[in-house]
Amino acid sequence: MSGHSTYVPKSDAGKWLEKRLPIISLLHGAAVSMPNPRNLNYWWVFGGIALFMLIVQVVTGIVLAMHYTPHADMAFNSVEHIMRDVNWGWLLRYTHANGASMFFVAVYIHILRGMYYGSYKAPREVLWLLGMLIYLLMMATGFMGYVLPWGQMSFWGATVITNFFEVVPFIGDDIRILLWGGFAVDNPTLNRFFSLHYLLPFVILGVVILHIWALHVPGSNNPLGVEAKSKQDTLSFHPYFTMKDLYGIVLFAIILFYFVFFNPNFMGHPDNYIPANSLVTPAHIVPEWYYLPFYAILRAIPSKAGGVAGMFGSILILFVVPWLDTSKIRSANFRPAYRIFFWIFVANGLLLGYFGQVSTTDNFLGIAGVTNLVVSQMSTIYYFGFFVIILPVLGLIEKTKPLPNSISEAVLGAEGAAAEAAEQKA
Amino acid sequence: MNNLKQNITSIVQKTALALLIATSVTGAACAAGGAIKGAPEAKYVDWSWAGVFGTFDRAQLQRGYQVYKEVCASCHSMDLIKFRNLNEAGGPEFSEAQVKTLAAEYEIEGGPDAEGEMFTRPRLPKDPFPAPFANKNAAMASNGGAFPPDLSLIAKARGHYSFKDLFMGRDGLVGGPNYVYNLLTGYEDEVPQYILDHDKEVNAKALEAYNKALVEYNEAGDNSLRKPDAPTPHNFDLGESSFNNHFSGNKISMSQPLSEDSVEYTDGTKATLEQHAEDVSTFLIWAAEPKMEERKRIGIKILLYLIILAGLMYAVKRRIWENVRH
Repeated sequence: MSGHSTYVPKSDAGKWLEKRLPIISLLHGAAVSMPNPRNLNYWWVFGGIALFMLIVQVVTGIVLAMHYTPHADMAFNSVEHIMRDVNWGWLLRYTHANGASMFFVAVYIHILRGMYYGSYKAPREVLWLLGMLIYLLMMATGFMGYVLPWGQMSFWGATVITNFFEVVPFIGDDIRILLWGGFAVDNPTLNRFFSLHYLLPFVILGVVILHIWALHVPGSNNPLGVEAKSKQDTLSFHPYFTMKDLYGIVLFAIILFYFVFFNPNFMGHPDNYIPANSLVTPAHIVPEWYYLPFYAILRAIPSKAGGVAGMFGSILILFVVPWLDTSKIRSANFRPAYRIFFWIFVANGLLLGYFGQVSTTDNFLGIAGVTNLVVSQMSTIYYFGFFVIILPVLGLIEKTKPLPNSISEAVLGAEGAAAEAAEQKA
Repeated sequence: MNNLKQNITSIVQKTALALLIATSVTGAACAAGGAIKGAPEAKYVDWSWAGVFGTFDRAQLQRGYQVYKEVCASCHSMDLIKFRNLNEAGGPEFSEAQVKTLAAEYEIEGGPDAEGEMFTRPRLPKDPFPAPFANKNAAMASNGGAFPPDLSLIAKARGHYSFKDLFMGRDGLVGGPNYVYNLLTGYEDEVPQYILDHDKEVNAKALEAYNKALVEYNEAGDNSLRKPDAPTPHNFDLGESSFNNHFSGNKISMSQPLSEDSVEYTDGTKATLEQHAEDVSTFLIWAAEPKMEERKRIGIKILLYLIILAGLMYAVKRRIWENVRH
């Protein structure tokens, strides 16, 4: 990380610290002098936005925890106490709840950007793995956070998800008892979920630091997917990309705060304003929207064990993407066939999200004889087929477009690149 | 450069297309939702408090409280609401003196006093609304086994939000109060014709399926098929319940609570059923979301600030990138 630093301490205090703990040059290398490909487009701002959202979640979450009571008899009313009687409590809670959704929006775009431009390919496999670990931790954190208000959807969501672990061979029952802290979802479950919901974001923060470290070794990928080779291929992180990221963050904050102030319950479920009741099952138990595609895969597979395996498999398969993709070309801009399959993958993902929240037995778009179940099964097949068939096979047979020699040549033209190189020498 | 720009444009176009397909799929599915043919459509009330600039009408909230107090409160609690809330900004804004009087109409157990005795005292503004029943069992025993739910959050705990609420720039809260309004105005004295027609249709279909199965059974002639059972006719039976167009399953334990002149308004407003329903729905959404006015007021300022900030950020970003080709 400090490898790029051009920081030279000027003050005596700075020199003193630099000899003992070179933390300023480390940060300088990470956020100021780090060379970044000059051709990054706006899809690259979502990493910075995701970091911003993580900070928003941690800050609002810490203050909410000061007012929240993790007890099955008091949790629901303590959330309402926050909404009604705590100064700015409603703002904190609505920002935290909508912030979780917007964090997932940013991360989904960030992941899809990585898939489109082949950012997971050598030498960035570890970067991708760490990112997937962050995503997995986010799913766990988000799920446990949704349980904390102890409304109907909290309780029944927790019941459905924890019951998945029953299908694990031999130790399934024990895992479930460990998650519950008893023999059903109850107060001990709420307590451990609260404890873990507070812990995991800091684990995420730790992995984010590793993720940024792993980014700074090979540097950012770029829309051309051609490695930055010379100095004229790159620009320093500050001021060019700090400013671009800040602009992106402000635009994203506008969307976040539109929801917080004018549509705060749009992404929630009305049933979660009903206190948890173990005797009344809601008509439809639906998870938060960001789990819906995986929930659809679970429901598409007829056996319970198969469904659970399919659901976890659909997330775990993302970890091996760098080794499934056989193409040496990174950017989809030079892979015409992959580009089409990629956009079908995106549309298919949205379709799976839709299937996650409708009845499986209803007809698909009212078409007689075609149930949602059947179409969601085809969607599930495409989801897995994309990874295990299209990615490996396409890389071997696809006719790709010629790559430019360098970023600067593509951006400035051959003459421009030469001129800039000469200028930099002089 | 140009190539890149084209690529980016095409990505944006494709993303937009993918999103459009997804939302229209969702929208179509919502529209196709399983209402019975001929059932009256739920009214989408044009709430005065909806939208970015919408605020509550104090007089309406006060009337809504009156409806709750004189009608709903005989069965439904509102545990989360305290009398002082009636005086707070953004709500019905009764005066402090009025709230004291309203609270003092009810008693609550106080104490222990210096001798350790519990005593009964009039309620103060800090106290919650009184609950009509001592506990859930008592509530169910007096209501034929049905439990009248607490109304503190009912306006956020029912109904659903549609994409209409998102794109029309309306407050996402309109889902719930619409449900309350339609429920209160959705009673019928008799089971309406569309339900009877629906039963007829269901029975005819069942009979048709039965006859078809019977023919197959007779044609097979051996024991390879099970003899089909004659279908039991499906007839809507109201039993002890009341009929409601907008309640799930159409049978509701609560008999029609409001009708014309249920409550005598002191401000001269005409006490129609629709007026009662609109007033009490508004009161209930305020109870569920007491900070709505503050939220929107601050929200407008924050969004304006962010939009201006975004403009400045863009200008600075352009300035920095001005002489750099990328």
